[in-house]
Amino acid sequence: MKFAVIVFPGSNCDIDMYHAIQDELGEEVSYVSHTDTDLSAFDGVLLPGGFSHGDYLRSGAIARFAPIMTAVKEAAQSGKPVLGVCNGFQILLETGLLPGAMKQNRDLKFMCRPTKLRVETNHTMFTSLYEVGEQITIPIAHGEGNYDCDEQTLQAMKQHNQIVFRYVGDNPNGSKDDIAGVINKQGNVLGMMPHPERAVSNLLGSEDGLRLFQSILKHWREKHVITS
Amino acid sequence: MFKVKVYVTLKQGVLDPQGKAVKGALHSMDFQLVEEVRIGKYMELTVDHTENVEAQIEDMCKRLLANPVMEEYSYEIEEVVGQ
Repeated sequence: MKFAVIVFPGSNCDIDMYHAIQDELGEEVSYVSHTDTDLSAFDGVLLPGGFSHGDYLRSGAIARFAPIMTAVKEAAQSGKPVLGVCNGFQILLETGLLPGAMKQNRDLKFMCRPTKLRVETNHTMFTSLYEVGEQITIPIAHGEGNYDCDEQTLQAMKQHNQIVFRYVGDNPNGSKDDIAGVINKQGNVLGMMPHPERAVSNLLGSEDGLRLFQSILKHWREKHVITS
Repeated sequence: MFKVKVYVTLKQGVLDPQGKAVKGALHSMDFQLVEEVRIGKYMELTVDHTENVEAQIEDMCKRLLANPVMEEYSYEIEEVVGQ
């Protein structure tokens, strides 16, 4: 399986993402510049964390208009897995590929620490290797992770099982309904504030994030099984 | 030329963490009269004299300057008379 890691000016988790795929998942991965326009050679798209375009105006607001984003939208429409982590999630929100918006953290502080998440559904191509209700430890690192959406959107997301991860116990940023990650209705675009790519080996403090990437790979292999 | 003043704030009903902190500070300074603080952004655009400026400003606000999911915007357009 071949992954693309999109690099914007100000991305700073692109290398972590690259190595999570190359060294821990053991699949092919390339960096793709924000100025490129073609993702047809890739099976999966990863939008990494960071501060694209300095987070000026709003996080993700300027990155959303990068040339590569047209190709990201096409990849999403064609059903390829698209994962946005942290700033990547913010970009997906600004693009409208996921519902809602991000506000500054409730306590106005940049939070950087491990968090406990509950896996709310394993009926997704990103979480099939987790148990429903399983608690996992994945680190966060953000100043604007206070997820917000209107009541109608929240109800619709609940109805369609679109809330994939929730913070357990302490909600670090004030996000609505303790939301840490959401998926689109079609089930192939996931955005999450915690960083699974920073939790792919016990050397890093947790390997709970690795199964997210393994789930993507499993789904891809099942779709591309060679029948003899 | 026009000078356009754009104001962007969080929608009413969306909790504003910065506004809340500033209100707390004002209260601790004994300004108990303050009931609410909403913090927003102010942008000044200098634009060329063209047709339908307003429609274009509206488009800019919707697509980039504000995020309609949680923000609302308003603007004032002033014509700048050449010296």
